[in-house]
Amino acid sequence: MGMSIVGISFFVAIVGLTLFVTYLASKQTNSASEFYTAGGGLTGWQNGIAIAGDYLSAASFLGIAGAIALFGFDGFFYSIGYLVAYLVVLYIVAEPLRNLGRYTLADMITARFDQKKVRGAAAVSTITIVLFYMIAQLVGAGGLIQLLLGIDYWVAVLLVGVMMTIYVLWGGMAATSWVQIIKAVLLMIGTVIISVMVLWKFNFNIIEMFNTMKTATPHGEGYLNAGAKYSNGIDTMSMMIALVLGTAGLPHILMRFFTVKDAKTARSSVVYATWIVGIFYILTIFLGFGAAAFVGSEKIIDANAAGNMAAPLLAQALGGDMLMSFICAVAFATILAVVAGLVLSGASAFAHDIYGQIIKKGKVTEKEQMKAARLASIGVSVFSIILALGAQTMNVAFLVSLAFCIAASANLPVIIYTIYYKKFNTTGALAAMITGLVSALVLVVLSPNLWNPDGSAIFTGTALFPLTNPAIISVPLGFLAGWIGSLVGAKSDARKYAEVTVKANTGLK
Amino acid sequence: MDHKLESVLNSAKNSDFSEKTSKKRDKKITADDYVAIAGSPEFKSLVKKKNSFLVPVSIFFLLFYFTLPILTSFTDVLSVKVIGDITLVWIFALAQFIMTWTLCMIYVNKANKFDKEAESIIEKVKGGDF
Repeated sequence: MGMSIVGISFFVAIVGLTLFVTYLASKQTNSASEFYTAGGGLTGWQNGIAIAGDYLSAASFLGIAGAIALFGFDGFFYSIGYLVAYLVVLYIVAEPLRNLGRYTLADMITARFDQKKVRGAAAVSTITIVLFYMIAQLVGAGGLIQLLLGIDYWVAVLLVGVMMTIYVLWGGMAATSWVQIIKAVLLMIGTVIISVMVLWKFNFNIIEMFNTMKTATPHGEGYLNAGAKYSNGIDTMSMMIALVLGTAGLPHILMRFFTVKDAKTARSSVVYATWIVGIFYILTIFLGFGAAAFVGSEKIIDANAAGNMAAPLLAQALGGDMLMSFICAVAFATILAVVAGLVLSGASAFAHDIYGQIIKKGKVTEKEQMKAARLASIGVSVFSIILALGAQTMNVAFLVSLAFCIAASANLPVIIYTIYYKKFNTTGALAAMITGLVSALVLVVLSPNLWNPDGSAIFTGTALFPLTNPAIISVPLGFLAGWIGSLVGAKSDARKYAEVTVKANTGLK
Repeated sequence: MDHKLESVLNSAKNSDFSEKTSKKRDKKITADDYVAIAGSPEFKSLVKKKNSFLVPVSIFFLLFYFTLPILTSFTDVLSVKVIGDITLVWIFALAQFIMTWTLCMIYVNKANKFDKEAESIIEKVKGGDF
């Protein structure tokens, strides 16, 4: 797939615009607080759009459109889970997190247990999630840009890697936020344009659209019902648990709540995000149905077996090379915005939690903090680029659901217990995080994602654990471990809990 | 409510630390202050009101959410055609979206009221009344 002059100019425009914002942001990035949280100065709508930009990854845009195109309703499960998850974020996590934390998830947990072990465990869980999520994004991005621009995989990974490093290194959270805002706006524009064109083709008649879809795919009527992709009910439930509970534990999403001034603004940003994300996910139906009807599953699978090219191919079918180039450029911006947010949250865990608070015990100057933050950003970037270059031929799509699963199993129980469970203690916190993290990892290593008798996975053989998503086991284990740990551990500090619950509920400082 | 507030006010004024805080207005809030606030009737009432909204509604939306994959995985009830070829599963899925947006706006409405109560607690603390 070659690129026309128009296509290249879309890419250059996006790269140019994001670099320009980074340049502007660099002038206001002089302290650790500005680097990690843009000084806490974002407004509700700015942060709301940025959350949407941070959240709607290539997996959402290209992956769900492809999954709906190929499997009908079963592809739409993701859209539902990813959206309802925002109620968990809004009701349980956003406001207490803003009231208790400063830069990281570990800050919030250590507001109750000021112990290096607890901070260390939270940092390790953050870094693990960030790396898995990042590798999935980078490998996906590399393959995609290779397809879109016709350049080599390694060049594509390096291109994305260098861009994300530049944003974070010079512009910190301010640049990252604006890259995410630009991307969210572009993504919504692109998605709305395609959706309207698809609807137009169906004479703006939803009933006619469903009627056509009944015969448009190899699944026949089954396309309009659940079951075209997922046949194991327990596995579907497990995936749905990871989707709805994982979002509230994802470090790069949690970090966004520190960029606003108070809990009320954090709340209003979730509301903006919920509307944007929800509208986007409704539109994924039109992207998917349109691709199935006007591109056809055979052509979609030919371009990419997972269906990732469905949206760009649909754009081409409806609006020619011009629209396709625009959608490809939007996909590129999507990837950049998500990986930049990931670099920042990974760097905060290394530089703020591990270096600043654990090694230096909080005795670091502003200058040292900035230096550590920048070095950590480079470190996270380089390490994930190297991993992504090595993982080119592996099927890493499952890493995204693994990241959600770890977030739901290791982070969410601790967040909830910290705020609401009076008897929660250090032992409980460590037990919950370690059990959630280790059980999710071990079960995935034993799962069909890695083991397949016919050699199509990384290892050849029968999987010891039958489910592709371990959340149905690992999430309850995380909660159970936190509870048992709290029962056997030392008595919790009631005075500290009084402080945490007052701060969490009132925002008192 | 009013006489309750007054009684807290009075009892707090009688204790030692609050006399100190009332002299120095923006003094750092101590661990004792937090314990006193956490034990105060207005804070307890705020937390109770919050939880009596958040807990049942959270249970409801999680149940409603998991009903969808349970029904699609273990039954065929959602394969029924409702309007033209649109099956019940799409209607149920759309209901999840409407539920999310509705509960989102209901919460904002509730939370604005919680904010006012939280603000009055903060004002009292800053004024040295705890």
